[in-house]
Amino acid sequence: MELLVAIGIGTLTAAGVYLLLRERTFSVLLGLTLLSYAVNLFVFATGRLQVGAAPRIQPGVETYADPLAQALVLTAIVISFAMTAFTVVLAIAARHRLDDDRASPSAEQDDA
Amino acid sequence: MLPLLWLSRRGPRDLAPWLAAAADAAGLVLLLQFAPRVFAGEVIAWRMDWVASLGLALSFRLDGLAFLFALLILLIGLLVILYARYYLSEESRLDRFFFLLMLFTGAMLGIVLSGNLLLMFVFWELTSISSFLLIGYKSGKTEAREGARVALAVTGGGGLALLAGVLLLGHVAGSFELDAVLASGEAVKQSALYLPILALVLAGAFTKSAQFPFHFWLPGAMAAPTPVSAYLHSATMVKAGVFLLARLYPVLAGPDAWFFTLTAVGVVTLTFGAYQAIFRHDLKSLLAYSTVSHLGLITLLLGIGTPLGAVAALFHVINHATFKASLFMAAGIIDHETGTRDMRRINGLWRYMPYTGLLAAVAAAAMAGVPLVNGFLSKELFFGEALMLERGGGLQWILPLIAVLGGVFSVAYSLRFIHDVFFLDRPLDVERTPHEPPVWMRIPVEVLVAACLLVGVLPSFTVQPLLEASAAATVGGPAPEFSLRLWHGVNVPLVMSAIALGGGVLLYFLLQYGLDLHTHVQSRNTAKRLFDRTIVALSTAAARLTQRAYAGGLTSGVLALILAASFAGLFPFLRGKGAIGSLATAPVEPMALVVFALMCVSALGSVFVHRQRLIAVIVVSVVGLTVALAFVYFSAPDLALTQISVEVVTILLLLLALYYLPQEAPPERAVNRALRDFFLGCLAGGGVGWLTWAMLTRPHDSISGYFIANSVPQGGGTNVVNVILVDFRGFDTYGEITVIGIAALGIAAMLGGVKLPWRQADEAGRSWAPEAAHLPLALLVRLLLPLALLVSAFLFLRGHNDPGGGFIAGLVTAVALILLYLGAGLEWTRQRLAVNYRAVAAAGLLIAGATGLIAMLGFDLPFLTSAHGYVHWPVVGKVPLASAMGFDLGVYLTVVGAVMLALTRLGEAGLPFSAKRPEA
Repeated sequence: MELLVAIGIGTLTAAGVYLLLRERTFSVLLGLTLLSYAVNLFVFATGRLQVGAAPRIQPGVETYADPLAQALVLTAIVISFAMTAFTVVLAIAARHRLDDDRASPSAEQDDA
Repeated sequence: MLPLLWLSRRGPRDLAPWLAAAADAAGLVLLLQFAPRVFAGEVIAWRMDWVASLGLALSFRLDGLAFLFALLILLIGLLVILYARYYLSEESRLDRFFFLLMLFTGAMLGIVLSGNLLLMFVFWELTSISSFLLIGYKSGKTEAREGARVALAVTGGGGLALLAGVLLLGHVAGSFELDAVLASGEAVKQSALYLPILALVLAGAFTKSAQFPFHFWLPGAMAAPTPVSAYLHSATMVKAGVFLLARLYPVLAGPDAWFFTLTAVGVVTLTFGAYQAIFRHDLKSLLAYSTVSHLGLITLLLGIGTPLGAVAALFHVINHATFKASLFMAAGIIDHETGTRDMRRINGLWRYMPYTGLLAAVAAAAMAGVPLVNGFLSKELFFGEALMLERGGGLQWILPLIAVLGGVFSVAYSLRFIHDVFFLDRPLDVERTPHEPPVWMRIPVEVLVAACLLVGVLPSFTVQPLLEASAAATVGGPAPEFSLRLWHGVNVPLVMSAIALGGGVLLYFLLQYGLDLHTHVQSRNTAKRLFDRTIVALSTAAARLTQRAYAGGLTSGVLALILAASFAGLFPFLRGKGAIGSLATAPVEPMALVVFALMCVSALGSVFVHRQRLIAVIVVSVVGLTVALAFVYFSAPDLALTQISVEVVTILLLLLALYYLPQEAPPERAVNRALRDFFLGCLAGGGVGWLTWAMLTRPHDSISGYFIANSVPQGGGTNVVNVILVDFRGFDTYGEITVIGIAALGIAAMLGGVKLPWRQADEAGRSWAPEAAHLPLALLVRLLLPLALLVSAFLFLRGHNDPGGGFIAGLVTAVALILLYLGAGLEWTRQRLAVNYRAVAAAGLLIAGATGLIAMLGFDLPFLTSAHGYVHWPVVGKVPLASAMGFDLGVYLTVVGAVMLALTRLGEAGLPFSAKRPEA
């Protein structure tokens, strides 16, 4: 199970990094989204994986899922949304002003 | 309490001159009330902890030295306010000027009254900043801007050195409280850090007090309005450095390093400034160099290190403040009346303004050190000290000679100020016929000149007690015996004075008539040019660096980050720390296998289809859903709820983005680049995956046990995640919702005024439905909306005990509202739902902050401490009515406001202008 989660997080990271380095801003956005999934899962995994543990305090229950990692990830999810939204608008505004949706000006020379 | 009161009175917003004067006068009255106690040797202190962990305290301390400087600041401040009221022409914005002046006064008082070194540094920087604004007050003029910039760079740079010095000093003394620091003088002098401390503190003091080689900012600062020069560059700002030296005198003075540095710098500054002053053509420039010279004298006197030297230094501080302020004001009057300050053009003013001439002559006499005026007395003391020097080898012989030489120069430039301006020929092409100034402009000068005379004739009645009190506070023991008398009999200092006077007169007339001073070409300011060149070189280098770092735009920056992170991560692996742990792994269950396989496939799929953007968005949303499933599977219902609602909003956002961005991307031609990124992606992904695996197989030690144990007894909730968010780590959450609010504001700001193209068809030419609303969806949404809002209210209320809470409820509400916009159209919804989302987000932040403050102010508990009880509601069940609920409400409102602000702004930006309404 642990290896499965590790592979999942690794794949998300790899795809995120690759997309992050693409030329067009929209791909960068997708990459950012995938990368934040990976990071959120990773932080969540630091609390270790518990299947079927009680999510809330109940009498007589001893094992709980790590609430601290969950609290961290909960805000991280919302903040990464705010970040994504900001970047999306940045991309749109940049495309609108420069009439180009490339992430970097010199990419053109690289391609040529 | 009182010193704080003055400070709070310093900066009222609507500043009319009288208000400034009233604040100043009130401060003066308060200060004078303390006079008897201070003269009796008492130290009046008041303190309150500020940042106790840093040793920073709001600590104020009034002793003789602070009293002397505070008196000068307030008295001369009052006169300058009066003078400025009439000097500044009507079109100048008086309120701004007086606001800045009061800010400066407050900061200056802060320096002299601080009882804590760190606090003093804060005020020190404040004076640098406010003086920057004052010097650059006429911001339309190049020289004003440049003068202000140079002054800020030099004094600000010195301020940084001072901070370092103060930190070291506090480290050695064990406290930043002035009482403790002053008491540990011996320890500091013995310490190995003495030299660094001295060097850094002196760098601060010398830059502030315009000592050679940092003197060059002062003449440049003459671009300031004259009242500012009269205040900052005679009595206050430049005296801050000298004050610092006097304040730390018991701690630092004595050792050879102190003696030689201060005397050498003082001597050079004294003579250099005086010599330069003779050859200036600009009235204020002459006064500026003279100020440099007098500050050098004071530094020198402090450097000599005898108690009597300190007395002479303080005495000269008083005298210099009075005569130099009055001379600056006189120069301002002349400027005001003739329209120029060039001494080559203004001559023979005596016949137009004899009264001003008389006042200026008395003040200039004080500057030259003529008997019957105050400057004479402190100069005599200085000559006396120069003769009695007991250390320094050859310096014993040189110092008296240099003292006389400096005296000669200062007599010469003082004489030039009077003779060149008021006599010598007639005015040359002056714009208007000069006449005496209005009476209120003259009064401040009269008061100051009268003070010069009074002190000069009757020193023992006027300044003796003040001087004794301040000298005692400076040397940190009983004040030395001294008597200030006009006539000590014929002795060596008197002879030196006579030589200086005679020599100065001779020198001036020789230069004026022999060489014709007016044709003298002013030497260029070497130090200033050096400074300019350094600044230019620095900014070019910075520009080059920035260009290099930024040349590749976003991609190269991201690339650098990823590479750096990968290598940083690689390092521990290479050192063999990446081994897989020994913990037993759980068996793979088929359900999990499906979820994770789907996650991997769709993540890789998004890479392959990323150029068909619509499909890519859908694929990415699949990834998001699998992540949510993973959260469900691993016992994190709160996270799953959050992830799903965020997923919905994110996908909507990306779809909206697609409306404005091209639907498809052209293929990239660079194969090398794709290969490189593929390799990098594999590296990063492999590294992170390995790291996760290694982490998951190692033992786990968490502090979460504390939260689980205390969630119910302390936080009053069984949903530990929510209790952590709103209670245990409430401060973090507060910071996070602030970030969300800022991001939303940033989005609104970026889209402000942007009109994006309104598209009616996709790129393949298929036209989009023109209707704003989608009928079936619109009907459905109207049914769903109340339900959805109910669900979010339910999630919100139960959040403390069961999965839910402010974040999730906020997201659900936002999703419901967005659905409404989507179904019914932007226009329709806006007509019925006129909500200012910016205000909602702001209200959320305010509510969250307020609940925290209530705990702090009302109950004297730490910020965001929560109280709780239970209320039993039908259907919903037992509802915890914790004060954390108020905080959660703030979180809820911030999330709703921020999400809606971002999305509606984005939606509106593409509408044709006619459909847009002005912002609420």
